[in-house]
Amino acid sequence: MRGQLLGDHRPGTTWLHRLPAGTKLLGLLVVGIVVVAVRGPVSALGFLALALGLVAWSGMGIRLALAALRGILLVAALLAAWQAWQHGWGRAVEAVGDLLALVLLATVLTVTTPVDEVLDVITRVLQPLRRLGVNPEAVALAFSLAVRAIPTTIAIADETRDAALARGLERDPRARLTPLVIRVVAHARATGDALQARGIGDDER
Amino acid sequence: MSTVRFEAVTVTAPTLDGDVLILDRTDLTLTEPRIALIGANGSGKSTLARLVNGLVTATTGRVLVDGLDVAQEGREVRRRVGFVFTDPAAQLVMPTVLEDVALSLRRTHRDKAVRRTAALAMLAEFGLEELAARSVHSLSGGQRQLLALAGVLATGPDVLVADEPTTLLDLANSRRIGDLLLGLAQQLVLVTHDLELAARCDRVLVVDQGRVVHDGPAAGAVAHYRSTA
Ligand SMILES: Nc1ncnc2c1ncn2[C@@H]1O[C@H](COP(=O)(O)OP(=O)(O)O)[C@@H](O)[C@H]1O
Ligand SMILES: [Mg+2]
Repeated sequence: MRGQLLGDHRPGTTWLHRLPAGTKLLGLLVVGIVVVAVRGPVSALGFLALALGLVAWSGMGIRLALAALRGILLVAALLAAWQAWQHGWGRAVEAVGDLLALVLLATVLTVTTPVDEVLDVITRVLQPLRRLGVNPEAVALAFSLAVRAIPTTIAIADETRDAALARGLERDPRARLTPLVIRVVAHARATGDALQARGIGDDER
Repeated sequence: MSTVRFEAVTVTAPTLDGDVLILDRTDLTLTEPRIALIGANGSGKSTLARLVNGLVTATTGRVLVDGLDVAQEGREVRRRVGFVFTDPAAQLVMPTVLEDVALSLRRTHRDKAVRRTAALAMLAEFGLEELAARSVHSLSGGQRQLLALAGVLATGPDVLVADEPTTLLDLANSRRIGDLLLGLAQQLVLVTHDLELAARCDRVLVVDQGRVVHDGPAAGAVAHYRSTA
């Protein structure tokens, strides 16, 4: 199985698994703010160490953690190069350390928390916005679909790349991008049809 | 059994060179337990099937399910009509097997623990309970279609419409899904290229170029299709 960013719950019995989803979401939010607010390469490496500690604790295994990072490796490399060039190595370490720490922390959350529980938290938190016309169930479902779409899109991208390769067109961006976009849109439409056919969304209106 | 009625239904679609007729004026009353739609690619089978639950709307005329107009009371109709698609990948919307079936139960089972138990029971009926915690991406094609079917039946429909549900499956899996569909208590409207499966239905409609060109018992209809294909 190829790398997939987020969206893959692994059942388990660690303390992290048993912690309520709301607590974990709030924790991620707070730590996220702290990670961004505290400056300097040393603290960035500290946050990264903390994230790696939680990865180990969650029992998800190094392979899953690496798979999660694979998705942002290119971005991290570009970011590091740019920061090092513009502001020196200290800033590069800080930016990349923060980024990797945040992705790993988010991955720990998704690995240890069933999506159903995350949806319930989102629905509960958004309840007060109901009066403003926000529909919490619809937002929660949209969130779940977005998470679900990530591995699907990666799979379609892999297939389109292989198809382009088979025709010797791997260097032609059109041969890779056009079918990818068409298939992702077609998949989104088919998912919409399937949701409608299951009556999902009918009650939340 | 339910009654699905088509009253003077036509479907046209806008294209760059003007409107094209996809379904010519059609009148039908479907009351048999197992109805098959067969015909060439592009003949209009999916359009007919999708009209039953409002995924396609009639340009003129109307479609009624137990007297409910699909265009007016889509929500009520969708509660009665379940739909299974060809590609199960597009129908599975949650990350894990259990969560996907549980999603269908959100309306009827508000309590989460109760919903979980009901979802597990549903999975057990389809022999999928072992896979409850698995990612839907890790399933085989046959398991995915089985799960898609479980997810649809969990909503408790009276009528099940299936649009080429076995086309992407291997022989063993398409037999399994086919047998399961024909054995259901629900009324079945089945679009298929599997003529053996169609031959086991109570009524078979042959569709060609946007028209129902033959309508009757399986043997005659399948013979008609074979002679014209
Ligand atoms: N939205 C649309 N716009 C234009 N043409 C369409 C549309 N939907 C279907 N068609 C055309 O209508 C015909 C019947 O389609 P369909 O019902 O999917 O056939 P079948 O399921 O028998 O293969 C095909 O020629 C198809 O290309
Ligand atoms: Mg079709």
